[in-house]
Amino acid sequence: MNAEFFLYILVMAGVTYLIRMLPLALVKREITSPFIRSFLYYVPYASLAAMTFPAILYATDSMISAGIGFVVALLLSYWERSLLTVALIACAAVFVVERLL
Amino acid sequence: MLQFEKLKTAGCSTVNFSAWKRGVRDGIPICLGYFAVSFTFGMMAVGEGLAVWQAVLISAANITSAGQFAGLPLIVNGAPYVEMALTQFIINLRYSLMSFSLSQKIERQAPHFHRFFIAYGVTDEIFGVTVSQPGRTSPAYSYGVMCVALPGWVLGTLCGAVSGNLLPDFIVSALGLAIYGMFLAIIIPPAKKDRVVCGVVICAMLVSAMFRYLPPLRGVSSGFVVIITTLLVGGAAAFFFPIREDRAEEIADEC
Repeated sequence: MNAEFFLYILVMAGVTYLIRMLPLALVKREITSPFIRSFLYYVPYASLAAMTFPAILYATDSMISAGIGFVVALLLSYWERSLLTVALIACAAVFVVERLL
Repeated sequence: MLQFEKLKTAGCSTVNFSAWKRGVRDGIPICLGYFAVSFTFGMMAVGEGLAVWQAVLISAANITSAGQFAGLPLIVNGAPYVEMALTQFIINLRYSLMSFSLSQKIERQAPHFHRFFIAYGVTDEIFGVTVSQPGRTSPAYSYGVMCVALPGWVLGTLCGAVSGNLLPDFIVSALGLAIYGMFLAIIIPPAKKDRVVCGVVICAMLVSAMFRYLPPLRGVSSGFVVIITTLLVGGAAAFFFPIREDRAEEIADEC
């Protein structure tokens, strides 16, 4: 059982690490293509937005508390509060809503 | 303090120490969010019959939430190793896009070997805070984030594995929102200043919602949804609204 388990971990972690490491290690020179530079500029916004919505609606025990947490986080981000402030107050909002429900 | 000594002996200046400290600060919300998610992972792993040390080892070796949750039943059921490799590849391939983006973000003069260590900590969240830094980033910043965030992942797994009842459900539920709140804090302020970024954010959310709710698209795994959405929306934005270099730097400096 143990040998098998370590082999699973090795496969899992090996594949995951290679995916992360290869682009970082191989793409060292500065990319000059305007299209690729523009694409890379938009990557964080597209990927983080796609990961956030609609997943955020299912992040807590109920969609109501998650929805309210989402709105609170949106407003605080719009007012440009820090990462920690937004994260903590959004969690607090979920906590309060779930107590009230 | 230990890290400070290490940085010093590595020949790094106080500039790097302040980058490291900024990383530590930005790592705190990630740590909280990780704790909640990996707590659940620890509980599930032990529930499925793994030992506590096995759950912790999986977390320490992988640092990937979706990949670990998907890998768990494969281990328990003794699935073929090829299936494990393919599953991890599909779910985690999005990290290669992030790494590609980071390859242009790390300080040019930073020694190459740092990239092998930074790669270990390329997660959705650590990528998110790193790209939110203005200009190029020092590896010290990444190490700062990693040394706060990664223990949150591993300790959360340990606590969840040791005692499923240590944290009440409602705390775990509330902390589940931390990571998404952080993502919004990263993408919304630049979206306010730039109409194209705003469009990218809204379109990406709509496309990913389509994958969630439209019947023919529903079967696509969450990792692939991120890849397809990023290629589609990011590619379209780059094609129709290529950035002018000066403008990109301006926006980066403002954020």
